[in-house]
Amino acid sequence: MIIPLIYLPDYSTAVIVDIKGGRGFVRRLYEMGLTPGTRIRILKSSGPGPLLIEVRGSRIALGRGIGMKIFVRPDYITPSNP
Amino acid sequence: MKLKFIKVALAGNPNVGKSVIFNKLTGARQHIGNWPGKTIDKKEGFHRVDGRELYIVDLPGTYSLTAFSVEEVIARDYIIYEKPDVVVDIVDASNLERNLYLTLQLIELGVNIVIALNKMDLARKEKIEINVDELSKELKVPVVPTIAPKGYGLDRLVREIVNMAESRVRPEYIEYPGVEDYIRELSKYIENTELARVFNPRWLAIKLLENDEDVIKKISGFEDSKYILEKAGEIRKRMEERFGDAEVAIANARYEVIRRIISKTVKAVRKITASDLIDQAVLDRYLGIPILFVILWWMFQFAFTISAPFSDFLGDLFAYIAGILAGLTGYPYIDYLFFGDYGIIQGLGAVLSFVPLIMALFFVLALFEDSGYMARAAFVMDRPLRKLGLSGRAIIPMIIGIGCNVPAVYSARVIPDERDRLIAIITNPFIMCSARLVFFSAIAYAFFREYAGDVILSLYLLGYLLVFVTAIILKKTIFRGVEAPFIIEFPAYQKPSFRVAVVRMWDRASLFFRKAGTIILIGLLVIGILAITDVSTLSFTSNPENSLVALIGRSLQPLFKPLNWDWRLIVAAIFGFVAKEIVLGANAMLYGVSESEIAVKMSKLYTPIDVLGYMIFIQLYIPCIATLAAVRHESGSWKWTLFTVLYGIAIAYILNFIVVSVGHLVFG
Repeated sequence: MIIPLIYLPDYSTAVIVDIKGGRGFVRRLYEMGLTPGTRIRILKSSGPGPLLIEVRGSRIALGRGIGMKIFVRPDYITPSNP
Repeated sequence: MKLKFIKVALAGNPNVGKSVIFNKLTGARQHIGNWPGKTIDKKEGFHRVDGRELYIVDLPGTYSLTAFSVEEVIARDYIIYEKPDVVVDIVDASNLERNLYLTLQLIELGVNIVIALNKMDLARKEKIEINVDELSKELKVPVVPTIAPKGYGLDRLVREIVNMAESRVRPEYIEYPGVEDYIRELSKYIENTELARVFNPRWLAIKLLENDEDVIKKISGFEDSKYILEKAGEIRKRMEERFGDAEVAIANARYEVIRRIISKTVKAVRKITASDLIDQAVLDRYLGIPILFVILWWMFQFAFTISAPFSDFLGDLFAYIAGILAGLTGYPYIDYLFFGDYGIIQGLGAVLSFVPLIMALFFVLALFEDSGYMARAAFVMDRPLRKLGLSGRAIIPMIIGIGCNVPAVYSARVIPDERDRLIAIITNPFIMCSARLVFFSAIAYAFFREYAGDVILSLYLLGYLLVFVTAIILKKTIFRGVEAPFIIEFPAYQKPSFRVAVVRMWDRASLFFRKAGTIILIGLLVIGILAITDVSTLSFTSNPENSLVALIGRSLQPLFKPLNWDWRLIVAAIFGFVAKEIVLGANAMLYGVSESEIAVKMSKLYTPIDVLGYMIFIQLYIPCIATLAAVRHESGSWKWTLFTVLYGIAIAYILNFIVVSVGHLVFG
């Protein structure tokens, strides 16, 4: 099941499947290490404000709009995340 | 062959410790300026070793070299056109995987590279083990482990730099799985053209296949560019049929290589770090913002308190010197020009008195940034401030402005996006600084009694309100455009470097003195001349009522009639351009009373509504000349500086008018 990154709960992990956006946008994300096939971990998704994720060993904060454009496959399904 | 002079460039991601290494290598022999045509700092310096001189340029920190941002263009152009002998790629050992993306791009450029594997102590603390020899073998370049703040590894780094520069061994490239054939194909075509003389063929091939607009523009002047662009388009098409997107395919190939290298060289056990724990508190949805405000407030209190005695001393010193030398020449005009209240000596003192404050604030800001907390601050404030037209980091100049707008405008430098930075700079003067507070507190009580505090508070809020309104309008009109995607990296927290903070504070202060100092001195002189030149005789007068500035005040009087101003208020406002504190003293002088009596005097001449209008005007009209100089310096444009002036006066006048008209209508 593939969903936008923004729907993942705190502390879950997922693998990036696709990123939708213009060239510059996608390129910027690639430079930060967010590429299809990469595993990421959500550090903070709840509450207002940007998302905080861990990717390739570093912590990155992303605007929620960006979180809508990154599509991932979660590693596991929990009752709160069907 | 021993070289006399070696050109070295330092490259690397932001937050890897590049400035520390630069400072350690160049020490006092460094110079900070601007990259031509840009508002980004250019740091260059020298390091002597064994009879050779290393000329070192610190390139802006970048995550890659794909010409998406100003920093990347600067870094890339420097390497291509200035052709440094060696590029030192500074890599964060605790963050190797992401850092290697830039490393690979540097290797693509075909330049001589030495890698400084920095923050080895942090890596050790996070239980990350790196096989340095294996890493060096995989990347085919020398890798030197370093711990920059301790100076560990730097001697060896310098030796490797010299070796590399003098050995003349051609750098090797790394093959990219899956796409290498396409790259090689295009590269062969390029080798047979003129382009190969300026650009590395393989690098150019990769860039063209990635459809890099900046590179395409760069080669357009060359003879065979059309031919090569056609070939590139053709090969790209084939790549797209196979992979879907050529650029993605190449980026993926890079990460494939990185993955392979990491798996062979790095062993790590990911655990919760101290940084994570601190972030739990600092990023909490309820505590985050209050914690930030407390920290910012204490930082600035510290800076203001520590620098105040020095500022006062400098001001007093120059006033004393001027006082002693007063009357020296015997010609009153010249005396006042040099030694008078608005003369050169006191003017110099005024400029210098800002320096301790700027130094203290920038010292503290450097620690704030270096510790890693600033990224969190930007994160926490971004959403609330975005709604108001500002960026997350704009919180910093907004708070510093409460003390003084001059360092506040300079602190806008922490905002990476140019448009956001300009907005923060232009709107900052609306924030009430302590100088204006002096004037307001002096007269508020006489007019408003127990409401004095409320009146002053609402003036503060009015200032902030205008900041937001202006920012939103600017964002929707002149600065409208695609927002840079909000992505911030959170470096691990670390003990900030004292050394770096000292260097940065010194750089900023001396830049202010040189650049802004001239404007301030000139402005002071002009006002000074206007204040002491008698209207009828054009010679010296010690009575400001007869001076040119009074003439200006009287002639502008009709314009200000709707506001119920008398010409003296106008003149005081003109003096306020010099420094907002002076408005009080100027009014006192013009009304012929002392500063302690002026409030009472004015309360006999004006109604509370009129004075409220005047206070609003003083709060909002042009910034003081030092702030204006800072705005000019940091915005790099006279156009925006002029806008700030005109916009401020217009808003001040309009609001003053509204308050006075409506007020009298309602209260009579």
